Amino acid sequence: MLTGHTMQSLPNAADPLQAKDLSLQADAAWAAALLAVDPVGLGGVCLRSAPGPWRDAWLDRLRALMPVGTPWRRLPAGISDSALLGGLDLAATLSRGQPVLQPGLLSQAHGGVLLLTMAERVNADLAGKLASVLDTRQLQLQRDGLAQQLDLNLTLIALDEGQDDDEGAPQALQDRLGFWLEPPQPQDEQQALLQAAELEPEAGLSAADVLAARERLPSLSLGERQLQALCGTALMLGIDSLRPPLLAAKAARAVAALEGAGEVSDAHAALAARLILAPRATRLPPPPPPPEQTEDDAHEQAANEQDAEPAQNPPPPPPQNPQHNEEPQQDEDGSDEQLELPSAEELQEMMIAAAQASLSPGLLSALRAGKIARQTSAGAGRSGAAQKNLRRGRPLGAVRGALGNGARLNVLATLRAAAPWQALRKQGRPVEPARAAVRRIEVRRDDFHIMRFKQQRSTTTVFVVDASGSSALHRLAEAKGAVELLLADCYVRRDRVAVISFRGSGAEVLLPPTRSLARAKRSLAGLPGGGGTPLASALETAHKLAGQIARSGDTPVVVLLTDGRANIARDGSPGRGKAGEDALAAARALALDQFSCLLIDTSAQPQPTAQVLAQTMRAHYLPLPYADAQGMSKAVRLARPVAG
Amino acid sequence: MSYLPTMAYTFPFAAIVGQDEMKLAILMAAVDPSMGGVLVLGDRGTGKSTAVRALAALLPPMKVVSGCPYGCDPAQPGRCCDTCRSALQDGKTLKTHTQAVPVIDLPLGATEDRVVGALDLERALSQGIKAFEPGLLARANRGFLYIDEVNLLEDHLVDLLIDVAASGENVVEREGLSVRHPARFVLVGSGNPEEGELRPQLLDRFGLSVEVKTPADLASRVEVVRRREEFERDPAAFCAHWDKPAEKIRKKVQAARKRLHDTAVPDSARQRASELCMALGTDGLRGDMTLMRAARACAALQGDPEVTDAHLRQVAPAALRHRLRRHVLDDTGSTARVERALAELLPR
Repeated sequence: MLTGHTMQSLPNAADPLQAKDLSLQADAAWAAALLAVDPVGLGGVCLRSAPGPWRDAWLDRLRALMPVGTPWRRLPAGISDSALLGGLDLAATLSRGQPVLQPGLLSQAHGGVLLLTMAERVNADLAGKLASVLDTRQLQLQRDGLAQQLDLNLTLIALDEGQDDDEGAPQALQDRLGFWLEPPQPQDEQQALLQAAELEPEAGLSAADVLAARERLPSLSLGERQLQALCGTALMLGIDSLRPPLLAAKAARAVAALEGAGEVSDAHAALAARLILAPRATRLPPPPPPPEQTEDDAHEQAANEQDAEPAQNPPPPPPQNPQHNEEPQQDEDGSDEQLELPSAEELQEMMIAAAQASLSPGLLSALRAGKIARQTSAGAGRSGAAQKNLRRGRPLGAVRGALGNGARLNVLATLRAAAPWQALRKQGRPVEPARAAVRRIEVRRDDFHIMRFKQQRSTTTVFVVDASGSSALHRLAEAKGAVELLLADCYVRRDRVAVISFRGSGAEVLLPPTRSLARAKRSLAGLPGGGGTPLASALETAHKLAGQIARSGDTPVVVLLTDGRANIARDGSPGRGKAGEDALAAARALALDQFSCLLIDTSAQPQPTAQVLAQTMRAHYLPLPYADAQGMSKAVRLARPVAG
Repeated sequence: MSYLPTMAYTFPFAAIVGQDEMKLAILMAAVDPSMGGVLVLGDRGTGKSTAVRALAALLPPMKVVSGCPYGCDPAQPGRCCDTCRSALQDGKTLKTHTQAVPVIDLPLGATEDRVVGALDLERALSQGIKAFEPGLLARANRGFLYIDEVNLLEDHLVDLLIDVAASGENVVEREGLSVRHPARFVLVGSGNPEEGELRPQLLDRFGLSVEVKTPADLASRVEVVRRREEFERDPAAFCAHWDKPAEKIRKKVQAARKRLHDTAVPDSARQRASELCMALGTDGLRGDMTLMRAARACAALQGDPEVTDAHLRQVAPAALRHRLRRHVLDDTGSTARVERALAELLPR
């Protein structure tokens, strides 16, 4: 029975690390089962894994648990609006003479599962549409002469194939998907197959069990303490949005339904907290104070007394008798009244402990280092390289134009242009029989309307700011000022900006490409200074980021603000000689890819080191010994490539 | 077990936890549509769309000419469409009926022909006549147009909406049609500033702007989650439970509408409003007008006979925070600037 399996996988803090892998597998199995029980309520899954046997095995498992005949559709990330929402059925439109709807992918997937492949390349538009459908459970269609409102119940499985930390499915979607799964990465083929095999469905759980659980679901509800504990856990883990606790509540009910319980128990709620809340943690909860409190605290009576206590108080120590909540199937319902139920705080403590124990090692170390894992930039991933203006881009409407050259015909606009002339054009033609099978519509070349698209080529300016000790003394403040002025400029032109800062041992992308000035300002505000000058790392990081930008269709411009005096080499070792060589090597690599670069020399007197660096980088060189922020920003504006 | 589509029932306005500034802004928009709409900005999971969609239930029904696609008001012939106006001028009595104030959703992926209206293709092809098929703007006349995720709206649609919202009229010149019809609506939008900036022309179109965040204290968060859970499990029962408070709010809005034009706006209040706008350096005069109208709507809602400093203080941030001529990067500090100016010019 699934129950036995689950209870063993409820980890406590003393679990050895090997059990973590096992528990990740168990979690994935749980996710599939729970999603099958409540597919619409739980939203879906964000599955971050390279394509391979594990992913296929998990999807097969989910499919086997869903009722027979559940629609299962693949949604490519670059899908057009008409294909997604619904468009014209061309043949029927032409024969009937009025717009006839061809259902889009969303309508076809109604009541079933939608697989979003390459989710990290989904742009903000598609993410917005999917998010809207997941929220309202309705499809509103207002396009191409069609107006419709349809009910839509969907489960979305976002298959995130991103490799880097800053590539991931859009936040708007992730927030609405209940489960975030990141399976362990296999070392080799054999391990991959082994891990996939571990997901084999157990003898106990079948589609029939899932159906029975679905019947039980509406009668289950969460208790006040459990709801409080879930919200408190989410708060402690730094989860700001209110959707995750809601999803966790739904998951808890699904667990209870699957186990055939009459009500939702604390263990169910704790499992839900672990599955749904733990992967979204953005910080580690503060450690509990040393256990000076007595046993009495752990057995407080009235739940409302605890409710009055704000959650910010130091939480009570972990429950003295851990087996209290790990009693599995033994009449929990009956004996609950006699046993004192743990208070909301204690339940919260337990949930947090469970959540912490199940954090993946990568996430754990990232949280400890104070960084939030999986920070995706707004609107990440525009699919495809530089757009051909006639076939791709944001639709701008239809204009009269000639076909050919790859232009796309807008059928409806063409028909509308031809419609008023039909009577005239039909004069002088043999009369059609009254019941013609196909109504002829006379379309002339002048009627053709083609789709216009907005070119998506814009500029992303990458600022590489030297925040090391030598530079900080003189120019950091002015460099920041120049960047802010340039951001104002970018705002007007609707360009994007990114900021890389380097000092000490390496470079870091402070701000991934964004158009949001709020974020840009925030990231610059806290920029500290001091330390060595790791110029080579900075140039490499800039190179990598510029490559990503170019691949996604924008034009990168690299603006380097430094005095050129590198003293930390690529591998982190100090020493001017090696550092200088490494920096020049990185500069040469940048020059090879022909990115537009500008080097602003921020040293007190123009130095030959900086000039040589600029030459190697094939960058414009700009000495600004006494210039202020205004001067810098003017120079950068001049050095931009002329808009294409 | 089937999932009830939750849109059949909208989450009741009265059941929204906290978010007082946003709720006040939406009520004011319902009381005085001429003030301009509301822009709700906030991060995901903050309940922006919920509040705006709940607006429809707060509005008292309106009288329309039966059969008119634009929902013309028989009591205001000056604002009617051509057909209704000529009928009224000829002295004909038009049949009227009452209907709900339209709150039209502008869905993502909408194309221009459905928004503006276009040639009725079927009639053109089958009968050879040119007929205008009204779009969303026609349906939104005398009502509200809601745009979810305003930052994602396509640029050409934004331009179109700005034009129409400014002139109050939709002019269609396409496919051999030449149609002009009234399109007076209030723009309401929601969006996430993290996803991109709004153009200043669009920002200016909104009368009020509010920022929402998820509540910081645990008790409110639990309450939000609990109410949402209950609503999703049994929407009918939940809405029925909140019917009484909803009715109270509806009555409040209705009473405020009646009182609106009787609420006095003393010259001193006007002066202080303008001083505030000058101190903050707002662009143009729309800020002054919106501030006055908002203060008047606020006073009407609270049942006060005239506008006082307290009302100005309450509505100033919402009316002005998005109009400040600024170093563009200071957007996050706008509310603070407004409050600082308030503290100086309108001390308690």
